[in-house]
Amino acid sequence: MPRDLKIAMGILGVAVAIGLISLRGLHQRMHDLAESQSSDEKARREVLAPALSTSSDAKTEAKLFWAAGEDRVTASNIELALSADPVERGKQVLEALIANAPSPEQRTIPAEATLLGFYILSDGTVIADFSDALSSETPSGVESEQVVIDSISRTLESNVPVVRRLKILIHGQEVETLAGHVDLTGFFDLNPAIPNALPGAPSPSAPFAAPTAPAAVPPLKTLPPAPAAAPK
Amino acid sequence: MHLGPVVVLDAGHGGTDPGAHGGNGIVEKDAVLQFARVLRAELERLGYHVVMTRNDDSDPSYDDRATLANAYRDPVFVSLHVSSSGVVGTARTYFYEFAGPFAGAVSASAAPPWEEAQRPYGDASRRLANLVQIEITHRLTGSPNAPAPVAVRSLRSVAAPAVAVEISSVSASDSAALNSLAGPLAISVARGIAAFHPILGTAAGQP
Repeated sequence: MPRDLKIAMGILGVAVAIGLISLRGLHQRMHDLAESQSSDEKARREVLAPALSTSSDAKTEAKLFWAAGEDRVTASNIELALSADPVERGKQVLEALIANAPSPEQRTIPAEATLLGFYILSDGTVIADFSDALSSETPSGVESEQVVIDSISRTLESNVPVVRRLKILIHGQEVETLAGHVDLTGFFDLNPAIPNALPGAPSPSAPFAAPTAPAAVPPLKTLPPAPAAAPK
Repeated sequence: MHLGPVVVLDAGHGGTDPGAHGGNGIVEKDAVLQFARVLRAELERLGYHVVMTRNDDSDPSYDDRATLANAYRDPVFVSLHVSSSGVVGTARTYFYEFAGPFAGAVSASAAPPWEEAQRPYGDASRRLANLVQIEITHRLTGSPNAPAPVAVRSLRSVAAPAVAVEISSVSASDSAALNSLAGPLAISVARGIAAFHPILGTAAGQP
């Protein structure tokens, strides 16, 4: 056998040996990566998972408000297992509003949106924190954005009687508008016919969750002391 | 030179904020600027002094737009928008609705907080919206009979009668179809403003 061929075969043999060793390591790394992705996905699912049913949940005819045309919402009665706890109940009806839309035309909250957090403060203020998709996937427009607000507001006030006003956050942050038009820097009235509870006074009839999110009240600026004269 | 009552026209969005956009290439920020320019001409013809919050592809902040309006005495503020959906060729007027009473000012003479600047003008804005919507229903068939109370962000800090008008929609067949609404819309809004804030001694006060 020529000497060059022997050298080439030797090099080839060494390369195959190194490849086999590397392949084993590579296989192990792929396995670790897959486990890591699985853990991330599992964690994400746990965070975004619908509210768990509890032993206190009772089958109830919930009233959910979906779109009925371009500019209004209408109630649909749906049987849901709802908690007696207002916070859990609020989560359950909002998640049902997303998951159970009867048709694409009636859908109000985009299917991609998820409820990231839901709190009720002691004065009846609801803080509902949605994922970015609520903002990015809602069609831009005064009318189309207001339908989403009406759907959320009316569903909450019809199923969670203790709520008095609603603050919507996007991914934990206060944002200027829902999708370019409707103001999210303020609050929306809920159950406006019912007199507001005194600030800080817990309702005697229903338990409230301890506030775990800040009430995102915008900082105040004042107007100039007097409007400047119009240029003449 | 005598200038009539001030009307601040706000073409929504602009710059990196396109607003609504249709599959046919219609973009809200461009359409509303076109509407605003036609409305400006109509208002000036009637004798109003018109100020635009933008007259190019810039994107002033909501506060910048309100600050401009609040620098004038007794202006009327009109914000123009185009919807994503709805019956093409219709339009609706909106006035700002606040949630609950506010705890900002402690006396009647105190200035309201910036975020509540529109609140004292709620009744005036509702009246202006009604007058504009009546005119719209005469010219844009199928439009709703009444304006609607909605928390439109661009109105919140305006210390003056303020309304938003939303035209349907970016789903029009093409830009020409949408732009054909500019004339009837301009006449409707201008006549609504004239009924609300007449220029005495001129034809502008005649609806």
